[in-house]
Amino acid sequence: MISKRTPRQDMTMMLIFALAVLTMPIWLAPFGAAYPDLLQKFVIFGIMAVGFNILFGLTGYLSFGHAAFLGVGSYSAVWMFKLFTMNVIPAVIIGTVVAGLFAVVIGYVCLRRSGIYFSILTLALAQMCYNLAYSVLTPITNGETGLQIRPTDPRYIDAMFLDPSERVPTTTLFGIDMTGYGGFYFCAVALIVTFFISLRIFRSPFGLKLKAIKSNQNRLNYTGVNPRPYLLVAFVISGMYAGLAGSLLAVTDPLAGAERMQWTASGEVVLMTILGGAGTLFGPLLGALIIKYFENIFSAFNDGRLHEIFSFLPDGVESAVVGIAAQFVGEGWHLTLGLMFMLIVIFLPGGLIEGLNHIFSRLRPGRARRRAAAVEEKEAG
Amino acid sequence: MDTTVLDVSDVNKNFAGLQALSNVNLKILEGKTHAVIGPNGAGKSTLLNVCVGRLQPDTGSVTFDGEIITGKKPYEINQAGVARVFQTPEIFADLSVEENVVVAAMAKRDGSFHPHAFRNMISETKMRDEALAVLDDLGLKRMRDMKAESLSRGDKRRLELAMCLIQHPRLLLLDEPTAGMSRHDTNQTIEVLRRIKERGMTKVIIEHDMHVVFSLADWITVLAQGAIIAEGPPEEIRGNPKVQEAYLGGAHA
Repeated sequence: MISKRTPRQDMTMMLIFALAVLTMPIWLAPFGAAYPDLLQKFVIFGIMAVGFNILFGLTGYLSFGHAAFLGVGSYSAVWMFKLFTMNVIPAVIIGTVVAGLFAVVIGYVCLRRSGIYFSILTLALAQMCYNLAYSVLTPITNGETGLQIRPTDPRYIDAMFLDPSERVPTTTLFGIDMTGYGGFYFCAVALIVTFFISLRIFRSPFGLKLKAIKSNQNRLNYTGVNPRPYLLVAFVISGMYAGLAGSLLAVTDPLAGAERMQWTASGEVVLMTILGGAGTLFGPLLGALIIKYFENIFSAFNDGRLHEIFSFLPDGVESAVVGIAAQFVGEGWHLTLGLMFMLIVIFLPGGLIEGLNHIFSRLRPGRARRRAAAVEEKEAG
Repeated sequence: MDTTVLDVSDVNKNFAGLQALSNVNLKILEGKTHAVIGPNGAGKSTLLNVCVGRLQPDTGSVTFDGEIITGKKPYEINQAGVARVFQTPEIFADLSVEENVVVAAMAKRDGSFHPHAFRNMISETKMRDEALAVLDDLGLKRMRDMKAESLSRGDKRRLELAMCLIQHPRLLLLDEPTAGMSRHDTNQTIEVLRRIKERGMTKVIIEHDMHVVFSLADWITVLAQGAIIAEGPPEEIRGNPKVQEAYLGGAHA
């Protein structure tokens, strides 16, 4: 149904969201995840997942090639650092725009087909980009070594304004260091802005038509709407989100490698979106948070840590439990993630957000009932 | 003199050796309700599919409002003013009843593409009021927040009809609008269609139910094996022995 949320309620939600994002270093501390490197990843992949959701969540077109846009964004940003300035603003803008242009071309080709054929086409094109980055395009991508910043890079704009002594090869925002927490807050602001854009798209007539494409493209055609340009716009927007994420990766760590474009990276964002809940506003963010948490924290658990956690158990039981649990952490974190993914797809097809909604509506049945009663009253009156 | 809204001329369509339509000529007049009847496999749905651009005829052409529409895309034909209700309801199953109708209304207002990415649906009050009025007219207003997929079959058809009506089409094509409905629902639908007729909307109805055909049609075309075997006002068709043989089988004679 058309969201009953008024624009004012949406603004309140945005405020709370912005606060939650900016205070991540505080509330993630108890989970051992409050260090800049990981926080940046949470936010950057959050942006990518939010953008991916505009395509996959709303139109149902499953792209398996979004890592290509991530990679293009990274390379473009690093080239901006190398050629012009270490200031992050031009790099982020160019990274996003170049990824967008790239998405126009890829989208134009791939959107001629739908369903599995669309997925295969995007996958093929992205893998092509990945392989090209390793081979033919080595002059641009620097192949396996990856594209890096060197003190000898020209940086024409910096050279005009700064003394050689000030020209250090670290990314800055008008003098503010963009590695560490500075980088995190920069990315956090980008996430808040892009999430707001996605919210507006969800609530707009444009978003409604994207949902209509997912629901019944045939009917939409006979209702007088041409789905193709809508799909292309959605594809390009999500490509630009990925490009932005890619350039932010370069901002926080000015290095671009082709492995970012591999299909596993594309698959990761699909996992994030489905895990959290495709087509929901917050789902993809939640998915990104969980997957990056597992990848970085869970994978670092070792036996010592497990012994600590289960030390309250009696000795024999404890070693048995640790023995079993050890298979699921450390290098085995993929196993945990895989099991979790299966459970969610089987039991909660709407993702974790659906699960949370179930819990909330069960916890507060009175509220839902009161709301229904209020609606009925209004209709009678 | 009546104006011709839709002109099907010399249309042929062959499916792998099966002649689905052979030299079909049909003129639909402004403001009239035109019924196309015929036994199963007579080519009725194929005829509609040719009219809305789902199928391209092998030869012949379809003219709508003086403009040839053969070869145009379905959304272009809709934008020109042709709306269609399908035999099996084609609706946006995941969207709410209200959203279904609003999408149709937006298509009419905004054309085939318009990126309103930053307007809020909640402020589209005029369009939503209009949608509710149409839903009210068809007895669906109560269900406006329900997911369209949870409607009964009859209500789904009515919803599809609502989506067509909100577009105020010049020509409405209905493919068995009462198939699978109870007698009560059928009568309600006849009532709705009659009201639409009073407003002067031009309609083409494909129907099996003779009760529906004879209570609505101004003109009847009978198709059998892809060819028109009879045409005329209802009384004439009812008495036509050729038609009875091909289709009515004496049941309604």
